[in-house]
Amino acid sequence: MAIEVKVTGSMQKAIGGRKSVEAQGRTVGAVIDDVDKRHPGFKDLLMTDGQIHRFVNVYLNDEDVRFLRQLDTQLKDGDVLSVLPALAGG
Amino acid sequence: MLAESILDTIGNTPLVKLVRFSPKPGVNVYAKLEGQNPTGSVKDRIAIYMIRAAEASGELTPDKTVLEPTSGNTGISLAMVCRAKGYRLLCVLPDNVTQEREALLRAFGAEVVYAENATSTNAAVFKAQRMLEADPGTYFMPYQYGNANNPRAHYETTGPEILRDLPETDVFVAGLGTGGTLTGAGRYLKDNRPGVKVIAAVPHPGDLVQGLRAIEEGFIPPVLDESVLDGRIVVDSVSAFRMTKDLMEKEAIFAGISAGAVLTVALRTAARLERGNIVALLADGGWKYLSTGLWSRDYGESPEETRGKIWW
Repeated sequence: MAIEVKVTGSMQKAIGGRKSVEAQGRTVGAVIDDVDKRHPGFKDLLMTDGQIHRFVNVYLNDEDVRFLRQLDTQLKDGDVLSVLPALAGG
Repeated sequence: MLAESILDTIGNTPLVKLVRFSPKPGVNVYAKLEGQNPTGSVKDRIAIYMIRAAEASGELTPDKTVLEPTSGNTGISLAMVCRAKGYRLLCVLPDNVTQEREALLRAFGAEVVYAENATSTNAAVFKAQRMLEADPGTYFMPYQYGNANNPRAHYETTGPEILRDLPETDVFVAGLGTGGTLTGAGRYLKDNRPGVKVIAAVPHPGDLVQGLRAIEEGFIPPVLDESVLDGRIVVDSVSAFRMTKDLMEKEAIFAGISAGAVLTVALRTAARLERGNIVALLADGGWKYLSTGLWSRDYGESPEETRGKIWW
């Protein structure tokens, strides 16, 4: 179960200055835990009170997991999780 | 159509069937062409609502300068309304908007300041808030991100227009910028046609717009009611550019780049449906993006000039 986790901006520092990292896990929550094991502090950046921080959106391929099953969203081999900041427009 | 003022020509935009984008019998995609508004974007609707409400409440008086953070479209719409009504306008922009946006603002007589080193609209919001706090007697800030008249404009105009023109609307797709369109039109559709799905399209910030320096610089517009949304889909720039160009080539519709992102999401949704009508709100026309060269080049990747530009 290889999942690619892509991050932008300040999050890249948390994974050693890279744009993406490979991780294992059957759910979004499990993958976040797996990345945090190798890059301690990653989870604290991304989550608050056990939920994804409201200023951060996590996309499974291109769909926001908040509208799927959040941290319990199931993953399959080859899926990509993108961690993106909430940006305004207008 | 006879109008007493340019301001009376806002709204009532056409809803056009995209025959060549409708994937199978029984599934239809329609585009609401907000580029047909007088300044060429959906933002004319909220500009007139916010200014009229502030005049009525007494918050906006002729001695005040209207101050607004914007990535462009709302500023241009406010510039038209302020010019028509005689108010001074100062817009705070991030520093990576297309050149047409500043040119249009200045053409309408607006003044422009840039938020320093601001690659996102979030930074323009924070700068405008600081300017207002420092000098509250000088400015009136409509503040599209927190002004209830933003979603109200869409609840009272955009939403009703859609159901008037297409009572059998099943899915509504629009871009997420302030959240006003999705919250207002989406809520109207749900109140009047239970079962309608509302999907947000958001731009991928890409590698050059580096996102935010810290999570704390994130920003959720207070007018966005996420409970209206049934999904949020991120679209990368290249897909949005391609679809914008496709829309021109297949349907002869000249729309802005966010329209390509919205249409990408609409078509994805269409592919999953057996039957139904999808309305995609195309927020602006293509005029403000001509400097990107989008329509005149053949490319596999995003052209250099468009990278890091804000087109939302």
